[in-house]
Amino acid sequence: MAAAATCGTGTRSTGSVVVAASRNNVTSFQRRGPRASGTDSGCSRLVSIAGTRPSVRNGQLLVSTGLPALDQLLGGGLAVGTVLLIEEDKYNIYSPLLFKYFLAEGIVTGHTLLVASAKEDPADILQELPAPLLDDNCKKECDEDICNHKTESNIKMKIAWRYQLLPKMEARPVSSSRFGHYYDVSKRIPQELIEASKWHGFFLPEKISSTLNVEPCSLNHGYIKLLQFIQNIIYEEGFDGSNPQKKQKNILRIGIQNLGSPLWGDDICWTENCDSSHSLTKFLYMLRGLLRTSLSACIITVPTHLIQNKAIIARVTNLSDTVVGLESFIGSEKETNPLYKDYHGLIHIRQIPQLNNLIYDVSDVKDLAFKLKRKLFTIE
Amino acid sequence: MFPELNNLLNTTPDQAEQGKLTLLCDAKTDGSFLVHHFLSFYLKANCKVCFVALIQSFSHYNIVGQKLGVSLTTARECGQLVFLEGLKSAVDIFFRPQEDPHPLQFLREANSGNLQPLYEFVQEALKPMDSGEAAWRCPVLLVDDLSVLLSLGVGAVAVLDFVHYCRATVCREQKGNVVALVHDSGDAEDEENDILLNGLGHQSHLILRAEGLATGFCKDVHGQPKGSS
Repeated sequence: MAAAATCGTGTRSTGSVVVAASRNNVTSFQRRGPRASGTDSGCSRLVSIAGTRPSVRNGQLLVSTGLPALDQLLGGGLAVGTVLLIEEDKYNIYSPLLFKYFLAEGIVTGHTLLVASAKEDPADILQELPAPLLDDNCKKECDEDICNHKTESNIKMKIAWRYQLLPKMEARPVSSSRFGHYYDVSKRIPQELIEASKWHGFFLPEKISSTLNVEPCSLNHGYIKLLQFIQNIIYEEGFDGSNPQKKQKNILRIGIQNLGSPLWGDDICWTENCDSSHSLTKFLYMLRGLLRTSLSACIITVPTHLIQNKAIIARVTNLSDTVVGLESFIGSEKETNPLYKDYHGLIHIRQIPQLNNLIYDVSDVKDLAFKLKRKLFTIE
Repeated sequence: MFPELNNLLNTTPDQAEQGKLTLLCDAKTDGSFLVHHFLSFYLKANCKVCFVALIQSFSHYNIVGQKLGVSLTTARECGQLVFLEGLKSAVDIFFRPQEDPHPLQFLREANSGNLQPLYEFVQEALKPMDSGEAAWRCPVLLVDDLSVLLSLGVGAVAVLDFVHYCRATVCREQKGNVVALVHDSGDAEDEENDILLNGLGHQSHLILRAEGLATGFCKDVHGQPKGSS
């Protein structure tokens, strides 16, 4: 069966693909159904999905989070079949931005989207996605920046000369990368792109009205509905290999906003000892099970600063694969600290998964701050 | 399997001890390398292994196992390894209710849950085979990990009971070994986890603890292991 090679976006050289194929015949997820756990044909079919690339370390399939700087910190991207948990900042200003970058990346690369929210209608969320910076626009803006950067880099550091040896984080858009795009936050995504993309929305107030006919278990009503919805989409559209896809294989990008907040009917944000204290953790476990057996990647934002019981936060962290925390400076004493005056907040990478490998790669630099410029969200 | 760890514990695959409960514990770092070590160690020692893998998929363990020199697929096919893949079974049981009692039945129940079906699965998997089959050495139960059972709504006491039953069957009757991984939550004040950890620490013969470095982060050294028996 010839692999339908698409534009070959973001694929690495064939050398590394062959090495990966010989070492692992199946990737990090299993597939149900009559899918041959193929050797070369399986792997080359996987690699040809748009917007993905195999990881350098272990051949794991990766998708971009929408922010190339974040991809670099996570070891190349977000692995397919895993969950990216974003711990929201205090006033929920910057985490929706990361959420939107993820979804916008999905639209630009042609992946299918599944957006779930209890607060906003998914259609509205999609309208507010940032516009992608295409190559010609990006070049014009880059030229201005390059002149500024050149003069700065020649200034040698006199006292802290050791720091000069550290690699600078790549903050400028590199026009040749097809894996990971740059977005302009001040503009909205063009309507045609949204209409050309395939997406499914789950808006809690609409779905919750119907009655539930599943026997009671300690999972919240809203979570059960969401799990069933996700499972339906995965099954019907064949992301788990159960319906052999005649057309191009694709990735499902799932985005769930404000999970665990009172809007989902969960009470872990109110009291310390609550009755349904296992709802969120059980939901995350089932979600992990669904993701590991399908071609999908998920981003979840959780207001961990609201959760009263610290044990639940630890369990939630253990059940997610990658955890990134955002801490914004608004309203805290760090706002006036001169060290941080250019930045809007700190970004903490709390956990990176070790899939198919004994160790994970961690970036060299641990102190990372983010800032939201007029058009870009950069991490340095 | 890591030769250094074998030297530290004074064991080799040929002379593995029997009738022991080993507790693996990690704090602020990831202790799953210990699970991979013991899995490959016991497979190389020609023991029959029942692996209850609750957090990662089969292919993850398989790929790491290949790097460590064992093939889980061959072991599973010839009957040496009985693998319960928690994630896949959980999805099956949650969305398609099964008729027969399933090892992960507690996922569908509302209250604190009963691990008896899981125990029966383990018992069935590790019971000595009748003659006519290749004789394996002592049976081994490996669980990765027990803390996730707490996240799924099972009480700490139920988990302790489960381990106690398994120990009675596997260690006492069949002279086998039990190895389990528990996360140590540290400052997170997780009472249930602490109960579980202390209870198991008391019962076990050997505790292997993987801790993050006290001074913070270092790129190449990931942590310090500590063993006590």
